[in-house]
Amino acid sequence: MPTIHYICPDGTRRDVEAAAGLSVMEAAVKQGVPGLIAECGGAAACATCHVYVDEKFAAAVGEADDIEAEMLDDAMAERRPTSRLACQIEIGDALDGMEIEIAAVQ
Amino acid sequence: MSSGLLVVGGGQAAVQVACSLRESGWQSPITIVGEEVALPYQRPPLSKAFLAGKADADSLALRSDDYFAREGIEVVRGARVTQVTAPGADGTAPGVAVTSGGRAFEFAHLALTVGASPRRLSLSGSDLLGISYLRDLSDAETLKRDLAVAKSVVVIGGGFIGLEAAAVARARGLHVTVLEAADRLIGRVVAPVVSEFYREAHERRGTKVRLGASVVGFEGREGRVTAVELADGTTVPADLVVVGIGVVPRLALAEQLGLECDNGIVVDEYARTSHPAVVAAGDCTTTSHPFAGGARVRLESVQNAVDQAKCAAATIAGRAEPYTSVPWFWSDQDTLKLQIAGLSSGFDTALVRGRPEEEKFSVLYYRDGQLLAVDAVNSPRDYMAVRRALAAGRTIDPERVTDMSTALTPV
Ligand SMILES: Cc1cc2nc3c(=O)[nH]c(=O)nc-3n(C[C@H](O)[C@H](O)[C@H](O)COP(=O)(O)OP(=O)(O)OC[C@H]3O[C@@H](n4cnc5c(N)ncnc54)[C@H](O)[C@@H]3O)c2cc1C
Ligand code: FES
Repeated sequence: MPTIHYICPDGTRRDVEAAAGLSVMEAAVKQGVPGLIAECGGAAACATCHVYVDEKFAAAVGEADDIEAEMLDDAMAERRPTSRLACQIEIGDALDGMEIEIAAVQ
Repeated sequence: MSSGLLVVGGGQAAVQVACSLRESGWQSPITIVGEEVALPYQRPPLSKAFLAGKADADSLALRSDDYFAREGIEVVRGARVTQVTAPGADGTAPGVAVTSGGRAFEFAHLALTVGASPRRLSLSGSDLLGISYLRDLSDAETLKRDLAVAKSVVVIGGGFIGLEAAAVARARGLHVTVLEAADRLIGRVVAPVVSEFYREAHERRGTKVRLGASVVGFEGREGRVTAVELADGTTVPADLVVVGIGVVPRLALAEQLGLECDNGIVVDEYARTSHPAVVAAGDCTTTSHPFAGGARVRLESVQNAVDQAKCAAATIAGRAEPYTSVPWFWSDQDTLKLQIAGLSSGFDTALVRGRPEEEKFSVLYYRDGQLLAVDAVNSPRDYMAVRRALAAGRTIDPERVTDMSTALTPV
């Protein structure tokens, strides 16, 4: 199973082994990784799963669609080129070892 | 266990109370007792991705088994609490809750997060097979199986759950008719322009919408529904009926405890009930809401369940954190993504921004010039702007709302 390394807002690291097919949000929330709120449970409706992805994995992760991009523009934390909604990234083997920084405010 | 917390009801609010307490370092025992057999899960996908076959039951779980084990949260599933006694006022005698199977749980603190049950029809033929409700995972599983073989679906009730189910059925190519007793869809929540938009959008996709349609009974053959009978004497053929006509808060336990209830367990901004050892959160509660000008409202949303549960956890931990969150909600119907922030009831002005005919617009609601809420269809930017404005106690200049050349900015 791919492992995702989460960097929480308080600086702690949490490594989660996640089944392929789960989203980067689901893998974290189901294990109680702090920092992600994910109130809408992955419907791309709340923007409380804002993360910054590892640049090395940018191509594998892909780009935000229009709806997601609009949500990110107005998210609580700063939008960076690497900003994504974690619920919109599906975990697969290509993401094994990726670091995910959770935005400090959601 | 008598120093611990018992959470009755294993849904969204239950899990949030427990998780928030553990996140804050609270170390006393926590037990969640829930009637359903599934690991606590989210309901919203039941009428959306799950029904459409795009999410499986496992993906709905709010937390994993390992999480609960690691955090020392005991989750007792498939157990319904039927009797409850509050702790003695002097703190010597613990409270006790007993399940229908006879298991007893002692507690010092009780959280009631029992949710609501779907309002049921009691008309001639309401017991026929093929007439379904949609609240629990088991309802959704049955409905999903029935949808796979159905040809003509009638949805009774033009609220969010009914319309979401209708959208899923229509996307599968089925004949779908929505029957709404009132003169517009989602009338309890949105302005007439939004109701009208949804009627047209569903009709554009091939769903029939009948307003002012009041159902008087059902016809069946060999125990299965074949048609829905309306008050005007007409019938609508159906081999599957989905009823979504609202929910009723579960108050039996609160009433046993003598808690104040008013179409919901009455709680204050700290999620406290009228008993000092009992908090309550989620769909089963009603509260004087800061975003409703202090009027008592009972909200049915994930946001409310989560935020009230956080307040409940804070109260149990001995820190008082008042409920001040902006209400918000979403609904996905086919390609229409609706996001609502704020509470629009009591509005005197509704301003439309964008073009409903292009299925991308928002409606901002005001009372006395004060911003109340937004309904944003495929317009997340407008939704985010209003949500932010409301959270900061700010407004958006009504004069600029309809000007699409400028983004909405809180002032
Ligand atoms: C199909 C559907 C779609 C929805 N879509 C959305 C949406 O898009 N956005 C949104 O914000 N909200 C949506 N909602 C509403 C949202 O799911 C609820 O507001 C939320 O689940 C409320 O959480 P709760 O914990 O208060 O209650 P519930 O989730 O209902 O949990 C209560 C639990 O308590 C259990 N219980 C009750 N009595 C007892 C007892 N005596 N003993 C033991 N257990 C008991 C019940 O079995 C239930 O599992 C939707 C709801 C449904 C049904
Ligand atoms: S979980 Fe709500 S937007 Fe990702």
